Amino acid sequence: MTFSPKLEEKFAKMLQAYPEGRKRSAVVPMLIYAQDEVGAVTPELIDEVARRCEVPPLQVDEVVGYYSMLHRKPMGKYHVQVCTNISCLLVGGMELYEHASKKLGIGHKQVTSDGQFSLEEVECMGACSWAPAVEINYDFYHHITPEKLDQLIDGLRKAH
Amino acid sequence: MPKKLYNEPSPLETRVLSARFGLENSESLATYVANDGFKAFRKAREMKPEQIIEEVKTSALRGRGGAGFPTGLKWSFVPRSSPKPKYIVVNADESEPGTCKDRLLMEYDPHQMIEGILIAGLAMDSHKGYIYIRGEYRYLIDHMDRAIAEAYAQGYLGKNILGTGFDFDLYTHSGAGAYECGEETALLDSLEGKRGIPRMKPPFPAVAGVWACPTLLNNVETFSAIPVIIRDGGAAFAALGTPKNGGTRLLCISGHVNKPGVYEVPLGYPMLKFIEEIAGGIPGGKKLKAVVPGGSSCPILKADECDIPMDYDSLAKIGSMLGSGGMVVMDETTDMVKVALRIMRFYAHESCGWCIPCREGTTWLRKILQRFDDGGGRHEDVALLGELSKNMLGRTFCALGDAAAMPTISIVDKFADDFEKRLAAREMVAV
Repeated sequence: MTFSPKLEEKFAKMLQAYPEGRKRSAVVPMLIYAQDEVGAVTPELIDEVARRCEVPPLQVDEVVGYYSMLHRKPMGKYHVQVCTNISCLLVGGMELYEHASKKLGIGHKQVTSDGQFSLEEVECMGACSWAPAVEINYDFYHHITPEKLDQLIDGLRKAH
Repeated sequence: MPKKLYNEPSPLETRVLSARFGLENSESLATYVANDGFKAFRKAREMKPEQIIEEVKTSALRGRGGAGFPTGLKWSFVPRSSPKPKYIVVNADESEPGTCKDRLLMEYDPHQMIEGILIAGLAMDSHKGYIYIRGEYRYLIDHMDRAIAEAYAQGYLGKNILGTGFDFDLYTHSGAGAYECGEETALLDSLEGKRGIPRMKPPFPAVAGVWACPTLLNNVETFSAIPVIIRDGGAAFAALGTPKNGGTRLLCISGHVNKPGVYEVPLGYPMLKFIEEIAGGIPGGKKLKAVVPGGSSCPILKADECDIPMDYDSLAKIGSMLGSGGMVVMDETTDMVKVALRIMRFYAHESCGWCIPCREGTTWLRKILQRFDDGGGRHEDVALLGELSKNMLGRTFCALGDAAAMPTISIVDKFADDFEKRLAAREMVAV
């Protein structure tokens, strides 16, 4: 398995970051960066990361279920993550999540039939003082109202 | 371009760590150097390692990640004469609900933290460091990678830093979504490429941390405070706060306030003044009901307990904690059953499952609270919630079990009325 030249360059550098014989340390970062490119943590990707980090595939496989951002099935092109933890909850985060669910017609960790959007009710993302907050892929959006969320989603739909 | 700040600063702040926030290109090395940057490193280079550690002890700086352990003491635990390599690890896994300050320290002033790491490197005789950043903060990982590259390019990292003969390599390391990895030993396991499961202590990370080598692990804000401590002296930093609670800290205020945001104040700043004058008070003239003083793991305070100075010891005295600086304000309309449930849903989701009291405890507490919120609560549930929580305390490898139990115990104890009201309302319907 090969990745884009940019990612290959990143991985080459990453494997140099840890001391001799400690390539296993690259397992988690490598999985998440590779997932962004491949779309999901596939069995092939697990084998590839294991090969590069010089560990048995099982040692890669066992971390996948532990980290909430790693997933074995592809999420949507735009992964909409709505925080409903305490700071967001107090200022409408739950209503925002329900609104997103209705708008997209999907529930927690589901993907729209066209593969464009997925939704996740997430735990605190570190945007508490600018709540309620949404993260779409890796972009943060603060002070989000249902109207603003509609605009965001409609904008992404059009961009497609 | 001056970077747009996430919230307007308050004139009542004491901006020490955030002094450069909002400056033009505040994240650049040039801006940092032009504004006192790396003066502390040059000074530290002339000091003996013991003197650096002594200065940090004098500053009365306490860990800004949550536990509030004296930083200088932690530094003194690392055996600098060990023949093994020593590592510096930055905990940038900011994920305690209510906390959003480390983001700003890295975004606006990454070189301040880098300088703090380098000074720690001098004090520990360490030459390698890792910044463990939560995976959700990808933009910050990229941002720190750029800052690190800039520092390498201009001789502030790498071999023979600034001609001093000191070498240091620094890397970012991405997490992938796990609150538990903010716990220091779980973070180290994660850094080794494993599931983030807490380790038995002792040995403490200072002695046997990453790859069983001596490791100094501190929070982003803790490292960011080091340059000013060395530059202006530990005593000057200590004097900003109260005895044993040195300096200023960044508090994140959220929930029912007019001006939520991150503000820097001295330790010991009055909580009510902070809520009313800095954060603009509660919207709509509503009354204060409760405050989470320092992240969702802290026992919650009733309104009549909030007339206190915000330092580690004052909060401890009333049975709570200053924690990670994540303050959540709730007005009189807040339903504490919903708050307790949401907090427990979080801990049940984040429990790594290693310790049975935490794994099972958080799951059952979540179920009971969910049933209560859905209208199926029973009178005996209130006592049961308290008893179940108390049985988790101190019975787990790491503090996550306690972190789940403590807010629950405080909510059922201090806000039993909210639970009773739910039961009464249902009985009225039944009649």
